[in-house]
Amino acid sequence: MNAWNYFVDLFARVRTDFVEWLQGFDLPSSLIIFLDSLIGILLVLLIVFPFVMLFIWMERRFIARMQIRPGPNRCGPLGLLYPVADAVKILLKELIMPKKGDKIVHWLAPVVLFFAALMLFAVFPIGGKGEYAEMGVFTDLNIGILYVVAIGSLTVIGIFMAGWASNNKYSLIGAMRGVAQLISYEVPMVLSIVGVVLIVGSLQMSEIVGKQTVPFILLQPLGFLIYFVGALTELNRSPMDMIEADSELTGGYFTEYSGMKFAMFFLGEYINTLAVAIIVTTLFLGGWKGPLLPVWIWFAIKVFAVFMFILWMRATLIRLRIDQVMAFSWKFLLPMALINIFVTAGEVLIWTEWMSGWESFPWPFIFVNFALAGALIVIWAKLFFKLGGGRVEIGGHRARYSQGYGANPQAPVS
Amino acid sequence: MELKTQPFVLNMGPHHPSTHGVFRMRLTLDGEVIVDLEPIFGYLHRGIEKLAEGRTYTQNIPFTDRFDYVAAMLNNLAYVLAVEKLAGVKVPERATYLRVIVAEMTRVARHLIAIGFLTNDLGAMMTPLLYMWREREKIVDLFDMVCGQRQTNNYIRVGGVSHDIPPEFLPALKKFLKEMPGFIAEYDQLLKENEILLARTKGVGILPADLAINCSCSGPMLRASGIKWDIRKADPYLIYDRFDFEIPTGTIGDVYDRYRVRIEEMRQSLRILEQAIEQLPQGDICAKVPHLLRPPKGDAYARIEASTGELGFYLVSDGSIAPYRYRVRSPELLNLTVLREISRGWKIADLIVIFGSIDIALGEVDR
Repeated sequence: MNAWNYFVDLFARVRTDFVEWLQGFDLPSSLIIFLDSLIGILLVLLIVFPFVMLFIWMERRFIARMQIRPGPNRCGPLGLLYPVADAVKILLKELIMPKKGDKIVHWLAPVVLFFAALMLFAVFPIGGKGEYAEMGVFTDLNIGILYVVAIGSLTVIGIFMAGWASNNKYSLIGAMRGVAQLISYEVPMVLSIVGVVLIVGSLQMSEIVGKQTVPFILLQPLGFLIYFVGALTELNRSPMDMIEADSELTGGYFTEYSGMKFAMFFLGEYINTLAVAIIVTTLFLGGWKGPLLPVWIWFAIKVFAVFMFILWMRATLIRLRIDQVMAFSWKFLLPMALINIFVTAGEVLIWTEWMSGWESFPWPFIFVNFALAGALIVIWAKLFFKLGGGRVEIGGHRARYSQGYGANPQAPVS
Repeated sequence: MELKTQPFVLNMGPHHPSTHGVFRMRLTLDGEVIVDLEPIFGYLHRGIEKLAEGRTYTQNIPFTDRFDYVAAMLNNLAYVLAVEKLAGVKVPERATYLRVIVAEMTRVARHLIAIGFLTNDLGAMMTPLLYMWREREKIVDLFDMVCGQRQTNNYIRVGGVSHDIPPEFLPALKKFLKEMPGFIAEYDQLLKENEILLARTKGVGILPADLAINCSCSGPMLRASGIKWDIRKADPYLIYDRFDFEIPTGTIGDVYDRYRVRIEEMRQSLRILEQAIEQLPQGDICAKVPHLLRPPKGDAYARIEASTGELGFYLVSDGSIAPYRYRVRSPELLNLTVLREISRGWKIADLIVIFGSIDIALGEVDR
């Protein structure tokens, strides 16, 4: 039974046990902290890379099935070794550097993006029960979610550096799109998290999970939707993959990258995807919680489910245009997120004033919140189109540049 | 400090995933907005028109496969019609029907590709394209059954067709005709009610009807602008006057209209196919034509409604075994001429979509 318990608490327990074991020796405390951090970093990598490899495999197979084709199945059983083959191939590729590019920034950009993505994993709680409940992967910051938001927005710097240093117009356009898009989606995304934070009353990731007797997707349907759309944009995944836009910009900011430098962008993107899947799981789907199975298995199931959903979107939807994406953020998601905060604050007031917390009787609020979210989306969608929406408006640039076919085609365009 | 912007030049192509081959555009951009566009083609020029002058009339048929390489049957047909007009060959009834059948099948296959690649240009990650490809695959399998070739068919001969259809062909085609309307309806429902597709295509790249006529556009491009012009009705060739079908037209000529016209045309093609199968007579499949055809001196121009527009062949004979002059009226090249006018003022993303909706195969543009 002891072995089973250890299995159940595996990831939460490894580090504490290791520290206890270290303390048995006569070591200086600074060395213990150093070794402890080392183990934490190792644990992060051990969790991230298998997940990412599985994601890459899953993406290929799953999307292949959606596209009525078998998908890669030659390399290893069910094609499981393709990520390995890819890694070997990409390591052997030449690192191409544009002649007039900025060499240092060109080298630095993938590193910034990659490590920004990896740093996110320090605070994700992937399991915990009883005495280990306070355990993150690396540490359990009391401002966990704030840290995630702050580090998550570093990605944009990597993207812009890559676009700028490549000395390529496609890259530059991609990077410019990236900056505009990521910064505008950061706002509604963070505001949608505020709803969850209001309910929990804490920024700590483990406490957010701990307080979820029902998954917060039920109490915060609107917040979940806003966060999810924002996160898709942040990941620049379909339908918001404007930054890459391979049919328009031939890859966007990483057009000029090859070899391992490209692989770091590629991996960074998948690590970010994993991070978003984990954030969604933690904030809205109840984190590691679940009956019967060990906590980290529940955690993995939820993360994979979210990832599958992201893949589904990617396989189905068409890309939007950059102005439509921006309009959607500022005209639709931002007001929605603000309304969501107001509604949530009101509910929190009701819980604290007239009830002994929402845990005792959440069901009426679930129905109210779902109805409210539905109604708000329908109403605001109509208003959104009245505001011009994401639809094409003939005017502005169009009128400026298209002088009609009757005009002299050689005439300078103002 | 005063901030200024200046337009810059972006060279799109010839190596670009969305230029449908090796087309090149020199774009002058203001941010993402297209100020000016200069199309540059000729990267796939193979000099087929000149090569044809050194070959016999029959030897030239395989070359025509390489024009619009995804609609080879239609190219064969247009060329052969021109030769027959020049030489005055009488074609047996059954051969004519077979020609109509393969031509309409090609049209369906070509439109499937057009719509599939349009969605790809819109940014869908291959999924609609691969579904379209599945249906197209059935058609090319049928071609394989008929002539042993899937893509570059080289099926239609001067005086008829090269092979009679095998006995299993008609049941397979009937099965396809039974399934296909359902598939078209499904795709259409999935795509036309998609909010993102509407937002990306409605009102984008409007081609006014008078501009379309002035630039000699034809095919779905012209019909999407609201002009009911289809060679099959306007100047019936083969036996198209015996079939009952409509000419679908659009209203304002935007990308969405072009997409709708293509979907409707597929349905009309299926209607023609059904009628053609019913009426298919027995008999010869090829008239007796000498191998070394020597048409009398003179010239002939034959045109058909290819899937992209009016495909015409102009041949001049000097009485020898090879054409003295061989000229192709390429609908895709002429449709491309409006690209600059209809994409100015739109963004890069729209340009790709507008370009995709024109639906070109570079093999025919550059020849």
